[in-house]
Amino acid sequence: MSKTAAKPLAEQAIVQAAHSPAQLHFRTLRVDTPFQPRIDALMKTNDWYDWGGYRAPASLWDEELEYFAIRSQAALFDISPMVKYRIEGPDAESFLNRLTLRDVAKLKPGRVHYTAWCDDAGHVLDDGTLFRLTETRFRLCCQERHLPWLLDSAIGFNVTVTEETEAIAALALQGPTSFAILREAGFAGVERLKIFDLAEFPHDGGSVVISRTGFTGDLGYELFVPADLALSLWDRLWQAGELRGIRAIGYTALNRARLEAGLIVANADFVTAEHAIRADRLRMPDEIGLGFMVDLEKGHFNGRRVIAQARSKDTLQHVLVGLEIEGNIPAEHAIVYHRQKKEVGLVSAAIWSPMAKRNIALASLQRPYGDTATDDLWVEIYAMRELKYERLMKRAKVVARPFIKLDRRTASPPAEF
Amino acid sequence: MTSFDAIVIGGGHNGLTAAATLAKSGRKVLLLEAAGELGGAARTEEFAPGFRVSTAHLLNRLHPEVVRTLELEKHGLVLPKGQLAPSIALSRDGKPLTLHGAYGESLSGASAPEAAAWQELRAQLLRYAGILKPLLTRRPPDLGNMSLMEISAFAMTGLSLRRLGKEDMRDFLRMLLMNVSDVADEHQEDDRLKGLLAFDATLGSHLGPRSPTSLLGLYYRLAGEIGAQPGAQALPAGGMGAVVAAIERAAKAAGVSIRTEAPVAKILVEKGRSVGVVLASGEEIRARTVVSGINPRSTFLDLVGTREIDTGFVRRIKNIRMKGDAAKLHLALDRPPEFLGVDAAGHRGRLVIAPSADHVERAFNPAKYGEFSPEPVMEITLPSLADPTLAPDGACVVSAVVQYAPYALKEGWEAGKPKFLAAIMARLELFAPGVGKLVRHAELLTPADIEARYRMPGGHWHHGELQADQMLMSRPALGAAGYDTPVDGLFLCGAGSHPGGGISGVPGLNAARRIIEMRG
Repeated sequence: MSKTAAKPLAEQAIVQAAHSPAQLHFRTLRVDTPFQPRIDALMKTNDWYDWGGYRAPASLWDEELEYFAIRSQAALFDISPMVKYRIEGPDAESFLNRLTLRDVAKLKPGRVHYTAWCDDAGHVLDDGTLFRLTETRFRLCCQERHLPWLLDSAIGFNVTVTEETEAIAALALQGPTSFAILREAGFAGVERLKIFDLAEFPHDGGSVVISRTGFTGDLGYELFVPADLALSLWDRLWQAGELRGIRAIGYTALNRARLEAGLIVANADFVTAEHAIRADRLRMPDEIGLGFMVDLEKGHFNGRRVIAQARSKDTLQHVLVGLEIEGNIPAEHAIVYHRQKKEVGLVSAAIWSPMAKRNIALASLQRPYGDTATDDLWVEIYAMRELKYERLMKRAKVVARPFIKLDRRTASPPAEF
Repeated sequence: MTSFDAIVIGGGHNGLTAAATLAKSGRKVLLLEAAGELGGAARTEEFAPGFRVSTAHLLNRLHPEVVRTLELEKHGLVLPKGQLAPSIALSRDGKPLTLHGAYGESLSGASAPEAAAWQELRAQLLRYAGILKPLLTRRPPDLGNMSLMEISAFAMTGLSLRRLGKEDMRDFLRMLLMNVSDVADEHQEDDRLKGLLAFDATLGSHLGPRSPTSLLGLYYRLAGEIGAQPGAQALPAGGMGAVVAAIERAAKAAGVSIRTEAPVAKILVEKGRSVGVVLASGEEIRARTVVSGINPRSTFLDLVGTREIDTGFVRRIKNIRMKGDAAKLHLALDRPPEFLGVDAAGHRGRLVIAPSADHVERAFNPAKYGEFSPEPVMEITLPSLADPTLAPDGACVVSAVVQYAPYALKEGWEAGKPKFLAAIMARLELFAPGVGKLVRHAELLTPADIEARYRMPGGHWHHGELQADQMLMSRPALGAAGYDTPVDGLFLCGAGSHPGGGISGVPGLNAARRIIEMRG
């Protein structure tokens, strides 16, 4: 080490007086989640990535086996970095109805739905899950930060919006044995949770909100606790799961499972409106497969005017589709062609699906391709083979999503395994 | 029950103009006014027993197209073409400078070289204001979505620019965003004249004469006219209320139904379309088209409500700057005051206390920090001299617009008002000695009072600062700049829309034309 090497940032003397602690956030480039001690102890690969400023595992021990833990055992995945907002007040429902695409009046307390929200131009700002905790209290979970947008959207509504990403720790427990683990852990009544239900359960002198939701297309749950109860919750699950094959997993495994389930990821499968720099990267809900959320009957919501106009004038430009591609080489970020000639789109995610036993992909295509013109589509895969690209032109077929459908995901009561 | 095609909210002169124009097109129109009387800030009201005055006191921009379209002269409007009011830049040494005719066609009280320089500057200013003038009666450009007609209209503005000649065009572009003080310094020496120009350019806005773009305010002023005389001004007989009365008669003749004391509580919106209004009384009235002549912020945030519009649009509406800086003083005097060195004709004109551009700038400084000017600048008229019916026999009405009186006064207007009144009276006393002893009653309307009395948020008579960033397609805000709005069937027609405030009738006329064009 050179003698003149600078001290690590964290050890440098800091002029404290001028800064509040919050202003020094940049000295820790990636922060830890409340579960970090447990994850660090299990981490074998040192394979980290950055999830919204958090140090998160891409894999912990073996990404193949981690994936199979989701499908045949139980996988524990730390979702604390997910952005979370607490939305509360007498006008919470009408606030969220104006903010988001779906009809929140149809979301009963104790239920969760998947939704999205747009700017004035009808371009998607983010998608996420909305948890209705009580008549007047909600939690909105998503990928990106939206506090200024939410606060400005609250003008004229009797509602408070609080950022609670740090205050609330969260885990996803996914896989066939996930229900058995929760029961083993003593969460009495958890068997009553149907898909998209949520309920509160006592834990360690406080409580945990458990919802039957997830990002895997499998039987699974998500658990939300105050950050100071995080470790005791982890331990409770870990202990209960010992004989049920519980494993900690990273994002690589989860990403495969979500793709099999046909689920999209903001800023991976589409560019969110506040991130897009190029005007043609903006997407309306109908252009990323979220058209089903749009409820033009429920009353006004952000972007309604433009979305309705785009539909009636038939000016939608893009479509997001599921593709099944011949062969077994994943077509990640491959260009999609019509008649092997005309470039019509791009694959945003692709894998060989171990469950579907098919080569699957999500792709954004330029209408009418993928919409009314679905014949004669091809993807061009460049497979690197010992310092040489093998160029493959493979036939692609537009298929329905999800790519796999597991009965255990929705079975009620859930099976034990 | 009668059904209406259009409901106009607000019986100010723009609401009336829009209503009358729509009614003339064959529509059945209902106009709703919250107050007991029409006219908004242009109405003539009693402020002391036997003394009447209008908050808007000078006629200088009532648009000829409005006069023609509504046939206002047939409906009793007397345009005082021959009796233009002079502007007098008062001086403490009793040697005022007078601008005669239409904005100083001739000067008295100035040196010969100064007068010659002024003729040149005046011609230049009027020439340049004339280029901008056609934009007033046109819908602001919709940059993404312009029709061939609109494009050609803007090309015409370009053409008239070319007709200026190369050198003049260069100077027009050079000066467009300059401050008035620098422009005045380039041409004039006389502090009284430069003070007057500085005052006129910044009147009604949160700008000092040295603030960038302050010259635009002077162009806006000079784009007004009376009887084809640009820059002209007059004290209307009967007060500004008489002008309103003529528009009201035109509206009634066209079949407009008018209801006063009918404040609107809510604009009804169903599936993104306005379908009518609900009055404060709970009465619901439906119509295909709703036209709001009131403040854009009140329209969207209070009457429509944020639930029916998008977040980005709410942000833009909330960001409209509309904190007024002008107060209005009304004095009931025992007899007319005598301003130093001003003759009888001068007393019937517009008297301006703005001794120099520096003085105006210094008066503005405290306003930036929420304090009023200790030595305010003002324009004064004595309306009862032109129309004796406004005051009891021998008595006199003083009407003055006074700057700077920031809406959000740091100490609050309850505490600040008596102090500000004292500061104004002290200034008046210097230019009209003895005036203080003649005061029978004084009414000072701070921006807070103007807000409450006329339902003008911020007490701003333009319903939004009239500065470069809030003009044309940014007035009042992107998405509502073309009189139509994000809510189908809802239109704006007030001063908050292009081109802005003053008794012009242009926003009302433009809005009505847009509605007719859109078959609303």
